[in-house]
Amino acid sequence: MQVPARFDYEVASTVEEAIELLRRHGPEARLLAGGHSLIPMMKLRLASPEVVIDIHELDDELRYIQDDGGTLRIGALARHRDILESPLIRERYTILTDAEPTIADPLVRNMGTIGGALSHADPAEDLPAAFVALGCEVVVRGPDGERTIAIDDLYVGPYETTIEPGEIMTEVRVPRAPQASAYSKVERKAGDYASAALGVALHMSGGTIEDVRIGMGGVGSTTLRARRAEEVLKGERPGEELYRRAGEAAAGECDPIEDARGTPPYKRDLVRVLMGRAMEKAVERTA
Amino acid sequence: MRIEISVNQQPLVAEVEPRLLLVHFIRDVLGLTGTHWGCDTSNCGACTVHLDGEPVKSCTVLAVRANGHEVTTIEGISAGADLSPLQEGFRAEHGLQCGFCTPGMIMTGTAFLKNTPNPSEAEIRTAISGNLCRCTGYENIVKAVRYAAEKSREEVSA
Repeated sequence: MQVPARFDYEVASTVEEAIELLRRHGPEARLLAGGHSLIPMMKLRLASPEVVIDIHELDDELRYIQDDGGTLRIGALARHRDILESPLIRERYTILTDAEPTIADPLVRNMGTIGGALSHADPAEDLPAAFVALGCEVVVRGPDGERTIAIDDLYVGPYETTIEPGEIMTEVRVPRAPQASAYSKVERKAGDYASAALGVALHMSGGTIEDVRIGMGGVGSTTLRARRAEEVLKGERPGEELYRRAGEAAAGECDPIEDARGTPPYKRDLVRVLMGRAMEKAVERTA
Repeated sequence: MRIEISVNQQPLVAEVEPRLLLVHFIRDVLGLTGTHWGCDTSNCGACTVHLDGEPVKSCTVLAVRANGHEVTTIEGISAGADLSPLQEGFRAEHGLQCGFCTPGMIMTGTAFLKNTPNPSEAEIRTAISGNLCRCTGYENIVKAVRYAAEKSREEVSA
């Protein structure tokens, strides 16, 4: 039987109260949102926080998905399920509609939150890769007020972000909707973490790729952005040969480890294939 | 910590350790052993219960998290001795072999049918993708869900 180590339990009823509790209890306190990453880690004693600050009562403040003059704003406590059910996301951010059904299962998606998925910083998690492609920024609040962190500056290592221990993520913002986007993933079985996954978000102009961002999951010690592959694609006309070259570049940019999901050469090969699949899907959606 | 929870529409008060998981609270404290404790890793779904009407895996929820909320277990699904349409479906379509996954399947299926009264086979299979049947008896589980959907629609139109 897996049982977490003893901890003290606090419930925050406002964001301000959560920040105050974080300040009072110091770095050994952890925020608990949906709990579907933290509780399993606590059961395995991979995490043993002295204090757990439950923030599920912040739904009123932090559970929303809205369009704010072209900027997508997702509250940190929006559930995976909310993303799947949002007409706004389905219409303009198909990369998220592609990724979500592959994340765990419907029961986990009822509990798991967007803020949790992004701040947990599991390099194999899907949403970080999708949001890297979307070029989002995350909003965090702490004792010194609010600040935003570009997603490119968020991840520094496995399970490690630039969010300070006293801060809480409140929102994810995508300043500009892509013209089209897509997410492709290879998983061993339904709901598994990615063996490799790749998301693209792009803008076309007169038949050429004007701008593109690519996020990769499961193929490095953090979520990765495939910058060299983006350069290969920019300014070019879409096509199989171009995708092959971009896939080659992306395969060179990742650094997968060997585990039950495959060897590094296998995962690099997946990246080559996924580049073609995701690009094809995204370009098709620009039509 | 003192918690107040409604379980199967019965309000109750209990004193629990914060680290106690909801599945153990339900089984060991309340003695409601219809909720099964399976993989302990949020994979198998045998421990599925409803938290405020939504299916969740109770091995990955703290009992204190349910403070002030409503929990429904398999014991709260039927109306007295009358089986729910989905329970009846499991019986009619032989939807269980060893029966270990059944309570979780029924909790997931019940919530699913409420939101999706006329599901396709693919939708049913996606809905139960977080509930594993070790006997691999999925065919009849899918049939049981479909039976319940049809039965509920007949009742509505009757």
